[in-house]
Amino acid sequence: MSMTTYDSFGARARRFSPRLVLSELMMKQWFEPVIPFFVMIALWIAFSVVIRDYSSSENILSLLRLFAEFGFVALAMAFCLITGGIDLSVGAIFAVGNFSALFFLLVMEWPAGLAILATLAIGGAVGAMNGLLIGYLKARPFLTTLVTLIILRATVNLLNTHYATSFATNSTDSNVWDFLGSGNLFGLPVNAATLLIVLLIGHVFLSRSRYGWHLTAIGASRKAARHAGIRVNFMLFATYVLSGVLCAAGGVFYAARQTSTDSTTGVGWEFQALTAVVLGGVSLAGGKGTVWRAMIGALIVFSLTNGLVRSGVPGYVTSAIIGVLLLAAVGIDVKWSKNRGKVIQKTYVNPAYFELSPPPSVKSGDASPYAQNDRLIHAEAIGLDQVEGPEDVILDRQDRVYGSTRDGNIIRFSGPDLDQCEIFAHIGGRPLGMQFDQDENLIVAVAGMGVYGVKPDKTVYKITDETNRTWYKLNDDSRLRMADDLDIAPDGKIYFSDCTTRYEMTTNTLDILEARPNGRLVCYDPATKTTSTVINHFYFPNGICISHDGKSVLIASTSLCKIFRYWLEGPRKGQTEVLIDQLPGNPDNINRASDGTYWLALVGIRTPTFDLAMRKPDFRRRMVKEVPIDEWLAPGMNHGCVLKFTEDGRTLESFWDPTGVSHSTLTSMREHKGYLYLGGLENNRIGRVKLTGVDESWSGYEAYWGAKRRDRS
Amino acid sequence: MAIDATTRRFGNVQLRARSFAANQERIVFLITAALIVLFGIGLPGFATVDNFLNLLRSISILGILGLGMGLIVISRGIDLSEVAIMAGSWSIALIEIQQGMGAAPAIMLALCLAVVIGCINGVMVAFVEAPPLFVTLAAGFVIYGAAFWFAPAWVVYAPKESRALLFLGAGQIGGVPVPIFVFAAAATVAHLFLSRTSIGRFIYAQGDNPDAARLAGIALRPLIVFEYALVAVLAWLAGYVWVGTTGSMQMAITQGTMIFDVILVVVLGGISLVGGRGGVFSVVAGCMLIGVLLNAFTIMDVNSEVQNIIRGFVLLAAIILDNWLHPRDEETARQGD
Repeated sequence: MSMTTYDSFGARARRFSPRLVLSELMMKQWFEPVIPFFVMIALWIAFSVVIRDYSSSENILSLLRLFAEFGFVALAMAFCLITGGIDLSVGAIFAVGNFSALFFLLVMEWPAGLAILATLAIGGAVGAMNGLLIGYLKARPFLTTLVTLIILRATVNLLNTHYATSFATNSTDSNVWDFLGSGNLFGLPVNAATLLIVLLIGHVFLSRSRYGWHLTAIGASRKAARHAGIRVNFMLFATYVLSGVLCAAGGVFYAARQTSTDSTTGVGWEFQALTAVVLGGVSLAGGKGTVWRAMIGALIVFSLTNGLVRSGVPGYVTSAIIGVLLLAAVGIDVKWSKNRGKVIQKTYVNPAYFELSPPPSVKSGDASPYAQNDRLIHAEAIGLDQVEGPEDVILDRQDRVYGSTRDGNIIRFSGPDLDQCEIFAHIGGRPLGMQFDQDENLIVAVAGMGVYGVKPDKTVYKITDETNRTWYKLNDDSRLRMADDLDIAPDGKIYFSDCTTRYEMTTNTLDILEARPNGRLVCYDPATKTTSTVINHFYFPNGICISHDGKSVLIASTSLCKIFRYWLEGPRKGQTEVLIDQLPGNPDNINRASDGTYWLALVGIRTPTFDLAMRKPDFRRRMVKEVPIDEWLAPGMNHGCVLKFTEDGRTLESFWDPTGVSHSTLTSMREHKGYLYLGGLENNRIGRVKLTGVDESWSGYEAYWGAKRRDRS
Repeated sequence: MAIDATTRRFGNVQLRARSFAANQERIVFLITAALIVLFGIGLPGFATVDNFLNLLRSISILGILGLGMGLIVISRGIDLSEVAIMAGSWSIALIEIQQGMGAAPAIMLALCLAVVIGCINGVMVAFVEAPPLFVTLAAGFVIYGAAFWFAPAWVVYAPKESRALLFLGAGQIGGVPVPIFVFAAAATVAHLFLSRTSIGRFIYAQGDNPDAARLAGIALRPLIVFEYALVAVLAWLAGYVWVGTTGSMQMAITQGTMIFDVILVVVLGGISLVGGRGGVFSVVAGCMLIGVLLNAFTIMDVNSEVQNIIRGFVLLAAIILDNWLHPRDEETARQGD
């Protein structure tokens, strides 16, 4: 046997390409904050070079102490942005918190714990005012919070002037208070440690809890959230309360650290926090963002302002730089959220070089077994115009015909003339390959869903819909994307093909155009109820058939135009070899024939143009990018062809419908009691032709499971 | 039945909005009149000719800025950098005068700077499609920082002897301060522009429904850039008056709450933030009300922080009222609308 193509060096190399990695990276949500993250690192390195002792641990700790309060404010802003709103009063609430903490502690002389609680409550109350206006009165978040910013700021300034002397003269000897101001927790400044804890809680809340999901849902689509029964008004209200509490918490730490207040406390922080959060990748449009992104952005803005000040750059320049940063971040955010899908679409398909040797001749009149003939032209039609695309056909012990159709149904024809049509079962998805197990359950490979079973009493049950994930793949391939065909080994194991892990049923032609080994052979073991991938990285595996002796699986590779054999037992167990090297077309389902040979359907016929295109990956990439889908090159789809081949891979004969009128895109065939039944992906019927010189009592079920079972020894 | 009910419901909303929109200016005028009577009786020194002229003069700058803001709000945009454009362009121009530039070139320089900034704002909104609130908020900070870089002083003084520079702000015609005439002229031109020219009608169309306006064949993006440039021109004009009135330009106003007074004037008068509604008379009405209030505050010597609080609450009430009169679909609204 020739070298197995699928694990040759070239094929292995084709599993990877920089462009492929990039396109899959871009689909990942976690990839978006990568750029801000590196900006943050770069800034830190730059300042370490410019400013002496910047990277010393004392400096980092003191920077963290300075940063933590801003971190709280940025976090508050992030929550509001994620709900699709905004809170511009964060800086003012922060100042209110700072004032209240000092007021309760120094003027009212409350104990520190009570003062902190009261301050948080005040923050919550101020947030509730925003929340009421935005959540229930449906006011515009931007202008509303801008106005509350003015009101709060003016109030704080008034109060500050009034109490400035009391703050200056009174003092407290509370240990708790001193600890908040200058203590350490876990080796971190206490405010930074608290921020870290709050971030962890916030992360779990936002990404793992029901209410966090509600917040994100409201931000992503308020209408959809309302339709889903989320209490939009209340959730918005609660978000602004939360924002108020977080800002007040920042204010408490600030008060503990500074023990003074002035008119500049928190001025402009709303603007810095907004810049920070958008820079970190929390989208202005809402519904997208994590607490970590907010923190990355906050660290960038903080280290920038802090570093610029320490380098002696005047404040107005910093202000202009932050302004430019905000403009850039908003612009990039708007453009990226608008075009992300387009970028992914343009880069996702990455065709590879692919060479096929010249195909055998199919010219009619040639001596080749592939020579075109018209043996299928006069096929008898079953269920004409009653079925839509019966990808696979199968017959049961009562001679009834089943077809898996495009509308997610298994359709059944019964009666002596097979003219009684009924929907046997509705599974959904796109049912493709079918097989009966020993208990006469109909096992179906369903694209988009997995492998399902239908009992004789018509109950549908799930067998499996996932397999083990490939650890190094960016694309999560644990789900079965497109289970295509299956067969059942004598021990009951279900072998099935998952023909692509990068595309779907509707886009599977892209996988063929991409010509990369994205498919796999998967096995479900009913004994352990586990699913595992047997062969990963296979070029579009399609038809699956257990050999007559039950010792190997035949696998059709549609894009390679080859048939493979995978050994289940015997000396070559676990090895794969090529059984048929070059077919004249793209193979689909394989099934056993009565005489110990196999039937094979060709869904498309190779053309020199398409073969040439397979050698021009850039051409195919441009085609997919620039040409509408109905203009794409494809193999010849206007013929129907069924082959018969022997156990050692020799093709014996072929059956053609050269017109393609009744049976184009043939995907399956079953031999049953002297007839060959035909199913096709795009056909409006199931076909039937009489076979000559075959065992007219042979049926698939009896031969495999029943009394007429061939000797497997 | 269901359709009937829906029609009736929405019909009512429309009726509510329409009858109010027509009346809002009138209501504001009536409130203003009532306040004038009230203050006239209660506040000594309020009901004098001098004070009225002073009041009108003081609102003229706010009014000119309000015309610009009104125009951009009618088009469903907003410009938070208007005050910064005014202050930034003029402080740079005044610094240039101090360093020897002639008055006329400096005035032109201020105009050019303003228009360039306006165009940048417009391009960011129209072509980058960033929400105008964010663009102009950020622009305000950038202008502040950049202008301070060129003119590092909180107050830049104008030369006292330049008549051309100071006339619009400090001059008088027949005893009436020129700023009042400037405001009147600007309001008339703006009114004619908005109501009598096709571009003016396009601005309303855009504010009503930008998508429909685009489908109707209006070149929306150039129009947006043009609108932001117009706002900048009005900011420049307001700055011209400001320089004459105070003899200087103060960068501090970019950090203050003046821009909210401008929004307040516009929203109070009946130019809804949903766009396409109101007109120049709304600005005039809103201006009168705010002018009377500010004037009374000044006479009563109210603390500026308290003034801010009161104005904040008035603006909040105005926004909520506007929201009630012109309900917007917050489910389809973009961030920053």
